Amino acid sequence: MNARALPLYATIAIFLVAYLLCWLQFPNILSTRVIGNLLTDNAYLGIVAVGMTLVILSGGIDLSVGSVIAFSGVFIAVLLRDTSLHPLVVFALLLALTTTFGAAMGFLIDRLAMPAFIVTLAGMFLARGAAYMLSIDSVPIQHPFYETLQRAYWLMPGKGRLTLIGVTMLATVLAGMILAHRTRFGTSLYALGGGEATARLMGVRQGRTTMLVYAFSGLMAGLSGIVFSVYTGSGYSLATVGTELTAIAAVVIGGTLLTGGAGYVFGTLVGVLTMGLIQTYIVFDGTLSSWWTKIVIGVLLLLFILLQNGLVKLSRSRLAGDAA
Amino acid sequence: MPLLKRLAPQLIALAALALLVTLVFPGFLNISVNDGRLVGPVIDVLKRVAPVALLATGMTLVIATRGIDLSVGTIMAICGAFAAWAIAGGWGLVPALLLALGAGALAGLWNGALVAVVGIQPFVATLILMTMGRGIAQLITEGRILTFTNPGFAFFGSGTFLGLPFPAWLWLATGIGAALLMRRTALGLLIEAIGINRRASALAGVNATVLLIAVYIASGLCAALAGIVVTADIRGADANNAGLWLELDAILAVVIGGNSLLGGRFSILASLLGALIIQTIDTGILLAGFPSEYNLVIKAGLVLVILILQSPRIAAEWRVWRDTRTAPQPAAGARP
Repeated sequence: MNARALPLYATIAIFLVAYLLCWLQFPNILSTRVIGNLLTDNAYLGIVAVGMTLVILSGGIDLSVGSVIAFSGVFIAVLLRDTSLHPLVVFALLLALTTTFGAAMGFLIDRLAMPAFIVTLAGMFLARGAAYMLSIDSVPIQHPFYETLQRAYWLMPGKGRLTLIGVTMLATVLAGMILAHRTRFGTSLYALGGGEATARLMGVRQGRTTMLVYAFSGLMAGLSGIVFSVYTGSGYSLATVGTELTAIAAVVIGGTLLTGGAGYVFGTLVGVLTMGLIQTYIVFDGTLSSWWTKIVIGVLLLLFILLQNGLVKLSRSRLAGDAA
Repeated sequence: MPLLKRLAPQLIALAALALLVTLVFPGFLNISVNDGRLVGPVIDVLKRVAPVALLATGMTLVIATRGIDLSVGTIMAICGAFAAWAIAGGWGLVPALLLALGAGALAGLWNGALVAVVGIQPFVATLILMTMGRGIAQLITEGRILTFTNPGFAFFGSGTFLGLPFPAWLWLATGIGAALLMRRTALGLLIEAIGINRRASALAGVNATVLLIAVYIASGLCAALAGIVVTADIRGADANNAGLWLELDAILAVVIGGNSLLGGRFSILASLLGALIIQTIDTGILLAGFPSEYNLVIKAGLVLVILILQSPRIAAEWRVWRDTRTAPQPAAGARP
C-alpha cells in the first residue's frame, strides 16, 4: 500500500466511521436532505479549501482568503446596490480582481523571498480593510437574479435539495483534482512543495508557478465569496473571520502534508465534510454547545499532524535504511 | 552607544509619527495632572499598548528561535476566562492571578512540547491551540461574557500607580525585565544560537529542547498577563473577542522592531518600540478623526514596506545594483 495515501485512507475511514456512529444515534442523518444541506452549508468552505490545498501542496500558505471572501461579499453587494450592472458582470469583475490580488501576493512572495504567511498576512489586512472601506454595515443583496440563484436546486430522491452552490463546490473539487493530478502545473506544485532547490534543478519555473498558485487561490476565494453571498444573501465586512484557519484545518484533516509536496484534493473534500458532519451532529444532538466544534476540529487537526509527522519520520528512516 | 544605534530607526519612526499626529491633532503631546494622575493622549497610548507590548515581549523570544506563536491571542482569551471564572467563583485575587498565569504557562508548555519534542514546525503547532483555544475559553465562560466586580482585580486594567496607569507599569517592567534577563545573562545569546542553527547549537552544548520549551512558556506567560490586563480593563471575560487579531499585531510589532522573522539576533526593546508605533498609529487615526476602517489598510501598507526592507533578495539585488553603479568610479577617480 502506498504510504503517502495513508492519511487519505485514514480521513475517509474516520469520516465513514463518524457517519456510522451518527447514524446509529440518529437514523435520520442518512437522508438526502441532510446530505444536501451538508453540501450547501459547506460550499463556500469547500471551494476556498481547494485553493488552499494547492497552495499548501506547493509548500506555501494563504492567510488572506477569509478576508477576501468578506471583501467579495461587500464588493458584490455595494456594486449591485449602487450601479445597475448585471450580477454576472459584477462576478466577472470580482473574479478578475481577486485573481490579480492573489497573483500580486504570489509575485511578492517569490520576489521578496519572504515567508508566505507574512506576505499573505498583509494581504489579509488589506482585503479586510478594503471591505471596511466599502461598507462597515451589512449590505443586503436584492436582485431578481440572486433569487433565481438561491432557488436553483435539483430535488434528489428523498426530498433532499442539491443546490446550485453545492454543485458548484463539487465541480470546483473536480477541477482542482484535475489541475493538481493531471496537469504539468500540478506536477510543478508537488515538486515545489517537495523541495524548492530540487524543483528548480528539475526545471520547474518557480516564480511562475508560485504566482499562478496564489492567483488560483485568489480566484477560488473570489468564487467562494460569490457562493457565500448567494448563501447569505448579503455582504458583510466582518463575515468569515477565521475561515482561513478552518480551510487550513480542512486541508490538513484531508491528509495533505502542511509542509507541502504530498496530499490529495479529494481528501480536502472529505475534510470539509467531516467538519460539516461534526456541526450537523451538534445540531442534531441539541444539547451540545457549538464551541465543541472548535475543540473537536482542533483535536482532529492534532491527530492528523501527529500522524503525518510519524509517516514522514518513518519514510525518512526507511530511506536511510535503504541507503545503508 | 550600540543600543541607541540599534534602536535609532524605531525611535526616529516613533518621533516622526508623534510629530505627524501632533500636526493633525495639536493636543497630542499635552499631559496634565488630574487627581494625582497623569492624563493625556500619550498616557492613553502607554496604557492601551499594554496587551500588544506584553505579547511582543514573548513573541520576540519565540521569533528569535526561528519560531512563531500564533496562539497568543487565544491564550489571552483562555487566561482571561480562567481569571474571571475564579474571581466570580469567589477564589480571591491571588489564586485567580495564579490560575491565569498557570493556564498561560501550561498553554506555552503544550506549544513548546509540540515544537521542541514532537518536532512540528512552530507555525503549525501553535495553529492547533489557535483553533481550539476559543472553544476552550468558551467552555470556561459557558458561552457568556463573564462579568465580575473585584476592585483588586480591576486595578490590573484600570488602576493608577505613581501617576501612571498600572498596565503601563506592567508592560514596562515585563519588557525591561525580560530584556535585562536576556542581555545580562547568556540566555539571549543561547536563544539567538538556536534561532540561527538549532542543530549546531545543540552540538555546541546548548540544551535547545529545554530552552525552546522555556521560550514558548515565556510567551504563554506574557499572553496570560495580557489576558489579565484586557479582562480586568473591561471587567469581564469575552471568550470570542479577547485578544482577537492581537497575535498579528504582536508579530507586526516584532517585525517593526527590526527583528528578522528568520530568527537569530533580537531586541526586546525594539519590539516594545514597535508596539508603541502601532498603538500611536491606532490612536492617531482616531484622534485625527479618520474612520478606524483605515487602520487595517495602513497596517497592511506598513507590513509591505517593512517586508521589502527586510527581504534578503531585494537586499542582494540592491548590493549588485550599487556595485555596478560604483564600479566605473575608479576610472572616474583616475582623472587628475
